[in-house]
Amino acid sequence: MNKPVYVLLLCTMLMCGVPFGTLYAGEKWPGVDEAVVNRIAREHGRKERPSLLPTAEGDLQLFMFLMAGTVGGFIAGYYWRVLLEGRKKLSDEKPTR
Amino acid sequence: MNHRYIIMLSACLPVVLTPSHARAMHISEGILPFSWALFWLCASAPFLALGLRTLVRRSEVDLASKPLVGMVAAVVFVISCMPVPVPMAGTCSHPCGTGLAAVLLGPTLGVVAAAVALLIQALFLSHGGLSTWGANLFSMGVMGSFAGYAIFRGLRMAGLGVVAAAFAAGLAADWATYAGTAMIMAAGIRGTSPFWPMAGKIALAFVPTQLPLGILEGAITAGMVSLLRKKRPDLLARTAMTGIGREGR
Repeated sequence: MNKPVYVLLLCTMLMCGVPFGTLYAGEKWPGVDEAVVNRIAREHGRKERPSLLPTAEGDLQLFMFLMAGTVGGFIAGYYWRVLLEGRKKLSDEKPTR
Repeated sequence: MNHRYIIMLSACLPVVLTPSHARAMHISEGILPFSWALFWLCASAPFLALGLRTLVRRSEVDLASKPLVGMVAAVVFVISCMPVPVPMAGTCSHPCGTGLAAVLLGPTLGVVAAAVALLIQALFLSHGGLSTWGANLFSMGVMGSFAGYAIFRGLRMAGLGVVAAAFAAGLAADWATYAGTAMIMAAGIRGTSPFWPMAGKIALAFVPTQLPLGILEGAITAGMVSLLRKKRPDLLARTAMTGIGREGR
C-alpha cells in the first residue's frame, strides 16, 4: 500500500468513530485528565489545585498553546533544515576535494 | 513540492486541534500527596542526571548530533502538548514523543527531552503540575523512553526492520507511559485500598483513549524514522542502529 492509501485509511477510521464517540461522551472531548485522572482522584478524596502560574484563564491559555505550537514548530523546522542543509553542504563539498 | 504540502498541513494542524479550553493530560497540580510527589522527583532525578551527562559528553564528541537533539526535543514538546481527539472514546489525549526520542537519541536523552517539555508545559501552559513534575517525568520520560528503547533494540536484534521496530517502540512508549501513570496514581491516591486492583482500574480507564493513540504514536515514530532514514541515513546509523550491525535495513 502506498502513502495516500495509508492516510486515507487513517482519516476514515478517525471520522467513522466521530458520531459514536460524541454520543457516549458526557462532555464533548474531555481530556483523559478530566475523564480519568481527576475523576478517580476525586473519588479518593484528592482534588486538583490551580496551577502556580495562572495561565489557564480565558483565552490566555489558547494564546499560550498557539505560541507553544508555533515556537516549538519553528525550532523543530529550523533544526530539520539544519540537518538537511548540513548533508547538502557535505555532498557539495566532496567533488572539490 | 511534497515539502510544501507537509509545511501547509503542519501549519493548519494547530488551528484544527487547539481546543477552546485546553485539557492537560499529565497528572495535575495537587493530585498526588506531597510525599509521593517528592518520591517520584527523587526517583526521576538519577535518570535526568544521567541524561544531562550523556548530552554533555555527546555534544563534545559529535557536533552533528546537536541539531538532531534540538529537533527531537522540540518535537517531543509540541506533540506532548497537542490534544488529539479520539473519536472512539469521545475524549482527547496526547502522544508522548518519548519513543521517537529514545530511538533517535537513546533513552537517557529521551528523559532530558521529556523533562524540558514537561517543565515548560507546567510553567506556562498549566499542562501538568509543577509539584507533580517528577511523577510526570517518571511516567513519560523514564518509563516511556526506556520501554520504547528496549522494544526497539529487542526487535532490531531479532532482525525486524528499522521502521517496523520504530513503530513498535512508539506504541510501547505510549502504552508504558500510561501504565506508569496508572501505577503512580494508584500508589498516591489509593489510601487503604489494595494497590493492584486500583492500578488496574485506572489503566483500564485509559485503554479506550490510549489504545488508538498508541497506534498513532507508533505511526508518527515510524514515519519520522523512515523520513530520517531517507534523508540522513548516516545520522540514523550513528544513533538508532549503533551497535546493532544491521544498518540500512
